[in-house]
Amino acid sequence: MALLEIRNVTRRFGDLVAVDNVSINIEAGEFFTLLGPSGCGKTTLLRMIAGFDLPDGGQILLDGKDLAGTPPEKRPIHTVFQSYALFPHMTVTGNVSFPLKMAGKSPDEIAVKVKEVLDLVHLSDKGESFPHELSGGQKQRVALARGLVNRPRLLMLDEPLGALDAKLREEMQIELITLQRDVGITFVFVTHSQAEALALSHRIAVMNAGRIEQMDEPSKIYSFPVNRFVADFIGRINILQAEVLEAAPDHLRIRIPGMGEVRAPAKTGAARGQKGVLALRPEQVRIAAKIDDVADENHFPGKVRDFLYVGDITTYIVDLNNGARIEALLPNSATGRAKFFEIGDAVKVAWPKDAGLFLND
Amino acid sequence: MINLLNTTRVTKWLVSGPPFLYLTLFFLLPSLIMVVASFRYPGDYGGLAPLFGVEPGKETGLTLETYRFFFSDFIYTQIFIKSFGVAMASTLVCLLMAYPLALLIAHSPRKHRDFMVLLVILPFASNFLIRVYAWMIILGPQSAFSLAVNHLLGWFGIAPVPLLFSSFAVLVGMVYVHLPFMVLPLYTNLEKHDPVLLDAAQDLGANAWNRFWKVTWPLSLPGVYSGAALVFIPVLGMFAIPDILGGTGDILIGNLIKDQFLGTRDWPFGSTLSIMLTIAVLLLAGITAMISRQGVRQ
Repeated sequence: MALLEIRNVTRRFGDLVAVDNVSINIEAGEFFTLLGPSGCGKTTLLRMIAGFDLPDGGQILLDGKDLAGTPPEKRPIHTVFQSYALFPHMTVTGNVSFPLKMAGKSPDEIAVKVKEVLDLVHLSDKGESFPHELSGGQKQRVALARGLVNRPRLLMLDEPLGALDAKLREEMQIELITLQRDVGITFVFVTHSQAEALALSHRIAVMNAGRIEQMDEPSKIYSFPVNRFVADFIGRINILQAEVLEAAPDHLRIRIPGMGEVRAPAKTGAARGQKGVLALRPEQVRIAAKIDDVADENHFPGKVRDFLYVGDITTYIVDLNNGARIEALLPNSATGRAKFFEIGDAVKVAWPKDAGLFLND
Repeated sequence: MINLLNTTRVTKWLVSGPPFLYLTLFFLLPSLIMVVASFRYPGDYGGLAPLFGVEPGKETGLTLETYRFFFSDFIYTQIFIKSFGVAMASTLVCLLMAYPLALLIAHSPRKHRDFMVLLVILPFASNFLIRVYAWMIILGPQSAFSLAVNHLLGWFGIAPVPLLFSSFAVLVGMVYVHLPFMVLPLYTNLEKHDPVLLDAAQDLGANAWNRFWKVTWPLSLPGVYSGAALVFIPVLGMFAIPDILGGTGDILIGNLIKDQFLGTRDWPFGSTLSIMLTIAVLLLAGITAMISRQGVRQ
């Protein structure tokens, strides 16, 4: 039995359907991520799990028991809020011991548990500090410690890294993974950052307009997005309008207007004449000054329009001679020159015939 | 370098000079005049006797007589104690009545709040004395309120009590007049609380009582302190309300001081009472500050 079971949950605000018939099973010990753009309903779903909001339809079950009649303070579910929501009038120790005091634990037990959890988040020396004396990363750790100290069945994290700068965010991501593995508590992580979701999660549910578009492991979501929204939202991707010319069992022949004919991996349910898009990751696109005609590759001539050098990789934007525009990603790790092409260089782009996905628009 | 130093010094004086001058002129000098007056003799027909003797046999110069007089009769200390009692009771009742109201306004939809605050300060639009006289009618023996209260008391076998010209009436007047001074700082404080803190407290297991007692109340203490100061200090010096609503025994420090200046025309003793009042208030403020600082440390 799943730890948390969300069954056909719907929530409406007037005419707006914020959460539309969503079903998710979250297993114990899982690091589960709700990913989606702002306004996709992920925060509403989170508030319903915490108990601050109730579904208009459907059920939320914890350990098989319906949570509908249980107020937030009685649910063994804690939340790390986006703004941390630390109590400004309490020290770090005061903040972290708050849930234990509310649960009626003895002073001795509180002292032991607070020390344990502060060690865990590397804040043992900050017990007497007030929140306003802490840095962003430290506040983040206090909020985590406060959420974990009473060992909830489920810890929900609402965009907890959003307020941190990039370097700190990366450090905290690694800490979060380690922490979750060490304490063994189920995490439900809410974010609009696909990079965070891919890096942290065991499973991701991609949400859009109140619905779940795809729910799977990070690598599956990245490599095999089920539709255009997921493909576009997760990572960078070339989206090319396409029409199916031939649907063979082992491959598709598709026509891209202004570009020509290409081959793509087979897709069940694709039929001749069907319109959609070809989704192609930039790292699957090769770019070279001259490409020997290799039979199993799709290739087109073009001109470098622009490039983006970010250290480890360079992203080239190439205008193809037939009018289409495509992004290609090249690692800079090759020996010799760090940069390969200049703006205006004539190049050829190519991608293998088993790369790219034909998706319904 | 020297030039820069001079500039900063000039700037400093330009910034802090005017307030300094203002306080010297309107606070320090009058206080000093009062202190000197308290050590002088009263004049023959009120006012102050001259500092330097012109007629033989007349009392002139400085004396501690008024202070000796203050401590010689316990009645003055008693009036001080009673006044502090009334001020504390008024502050407490104001706090108990204002807190729920301030919470209600702070939790109302934003568009209604300004209107509700306006309602709180609306009584200031009419004259203070008229409002206090209105309470004479409300508490008077023939008023519906008075009759109803005494009728109710009758059921418990208690003889009718006059409401007007009593300590009760003084307390009612004090609370009525000073309630807005408690509501406004409380509201200003409560309105600024981040509602997500209450969500967090509830999420971490706090029931309604703990959410108030562990989060809202401690965060509102600055508002409570300023509200209490704004009620306590004016009540302490108030003489009109005890004059109008109080009985013969309801003399407070304010009345005493007023009588020295306008009634018996004993200016030195009036000054002494004022200075004793100032000292008492400062002492109390100092003690309160010390206690609250200790509270924060814990």
